[in-house]
Amino acid sequence: MARPMTVAEKILAAHAGLDEVQPGQLVECDLDLVLSNDVTTPIAVREFRKIGVPRVFDPQRVVLVPDHYVPNKDIKSAEQAKIVRDFAREQGITHYYEVGCMGVEHALLPEQGVCGAGDLIIGADSHTCTYGALGAFSTGVGSTDAGVGYATGRAWFKVPETMLIRMNGTLKPGVTGKDVILHIIGLIGVDGALYRAIEFAGDAIRSLPMDERLTISNMAIEAGGKAGIIEVDDVTRAYLDGRTERPYTEYHADPDAEYVEVIDIDAADIEPTVAFPHLPSNTRPVREARDVKIDQAVIGSCTNGRWDDMVQAAEVLRGRKVHPDVRCIVIPATQEVYRRCLAEGLAEVFLDAGCALSTPTCGPCLGGYMGVLAAGERAVATTNRNFVGRMGDPESEVYLASPAVAAASAVAGHIALPEDLD
Amino acid sequence: MEFEGTAFKYGRDVDTDVIIPARYLNSSDPDHLAAHCLEDLDATFVDRVQPGDIIVAEENFGCGSSREHAPIAIKAAGVGVVVAKSFARIFYRNAINIGLPIMECPEAVDAISAGDTVQVDADTGEIRDLTTGRTFQAQPFPPFLQEIINAGGLINRTREKLGVHDA
Repeated sequence: MARPMTVAEKILAAHAGLDEVQPGQLVECDLDLVLSNDVTTPIAVREFRKIGVPRVFDPQRVVLVPDHYVPNKDIKSAEQAKIVRDFAREQGITHYYEVGCMGVEHALLPEQGVCGAGDLIIGADSHTCTYGALGAFSTGVGSTDAGVGYATGRAWFKVPETMLIRMNGTLKPGVTGKDVILHIIGLIGVDGALYRAIEFAGDAIRSLPMDERLTISNMAIEAGGKAGIIEVDDVTRAYLDGRTERPYTEYHADPDAEYVEVIDIDAADIEPTVAFPHLPSNTRPVREARDVKIDQAVIGSCTNGRWDDMVQAAEVLRGRKVHPDVRCIVIPATQEVYRRCLAEGLAEVFLDAGCALSTPTCGPCLGGYMGVLAAGERAVATTNRNFVGRMGDPESEVYLASPAVAAASAVAGHIALPEDLD
Repeated sequence: MEFEGTAFKYGRDVDTDVIIPARYLNSSDPDHLAAHCLEDLDATFVDRVQPGDIIVAEENFGCGSSREHAPIAIKAAGVGVVVAKSFARIFYRNAINIGLPIMECPEAVDAISAGDTVQVDADTGEIRDLTTGRTFQAQPFPPFLQEIINAGGLINRTREKLGVHDA
């Protein structure tokens, strides 16, 4: 009988070929997927070449998504994207997504059924932790780990301690997954989960649809977390069934699994929340932030560029106009989300309101392009980081919020709640 | 490996966006990255840093993105070693994988002042502040990580394990 284990421990044990693992143990594991993007792939390819093996371990298990600076933002970015494309062709990579098919990687992979419950995934992108919402152990690594992953299909892990964040009760109307995760980061800090896996549990988490769960797991890294896992339930199964290209495996925590820390949160305590510059943990209720005037609103990203996010933003923007002093940029995270925005009338809502509507890209989230800020400018964004210089000039400011709050702020000209517009 | 240099001291949560801003991530050339290292946190760093100098920082150094460009920029700028109270885990992993020496030593961080001359033995973990004469001992690495460090990084270790030899 193996020791009682958490979901993270069970997935790592299974992929290490062991009956059990314990926190602190160093293990080498077989990987289900190795992911990288147009910023991290060029270095990963350089390191892969140094290893000296001619082929990747499995061309169906290496996933290459140019999304950060594509469609190419400048000549150097074009050269980076070309390295990704050339490598994909050379290696016969099946999961390479060209402009016109691509999306922001962490929205794209779940949507396309590329990843599923029980997977062990490394990605050379810190928000790879997103797939925890599907019941996977997925974690961000650097390019060298990815390059070694291309070659061997393996990676080393220190088995993390798991912390349980349990949220029971009922969320107030207007409180979304984004508000939940900002609230949690505000509570535990940007290193509150450092070196740890998080399991998000409780009725209030289970009450959320998959798109909002993906938002929560996506920002586990903003608390320093190695993974942000939500156990498989009926919502997960309904999302995965008929979608995943490989069979998935459910892992459930043992009732007597050991957690390094248990944090109980009453869902009713959470309000619509905004993170002030320059840390995601610098949170305040939106109602205390109404005096912050903004120059730009960005609605999109791997955090909040999914269908439900577009719907929440459109509900606020329908029949309204973006404030004359504000640029509002809406970026559906994938081609499917974009297409659905067109098919179901959301694109018209955004355009009628005076928003710019962009093809999928990470673009402005990391100050790449499609909405870089000047010195002294402020943006409210549905993205994930508000560090100094994150979206442009080091003298600019980013406020993190939900799609509904970003949309309401775009109309009001300052940080606002949707009900403030009535 | 031993380093001796001047200490550059920074606070907590030094994120990868200030270590190397994303506006420079359209290239992965180490010299290009080094030229902009820490530019949004300390604009004079690049002009002042000398080979072997030491970065000393509080908790959670390297938090944020997974960009390996961050430890590459620091290493290519000539920094010998980074001593912090703790590291964000992806940065920690990346530094070991690419062979940038890092050490966790809260006592040393509290005691060392900016501008002190510091000597670090990356093999034993001994940190000597030559300005004050105080000595500190960093946390040792687990044997598995020491193996990667001794091999000169993850690529070399992988080559050894796979038995790959240059033709």
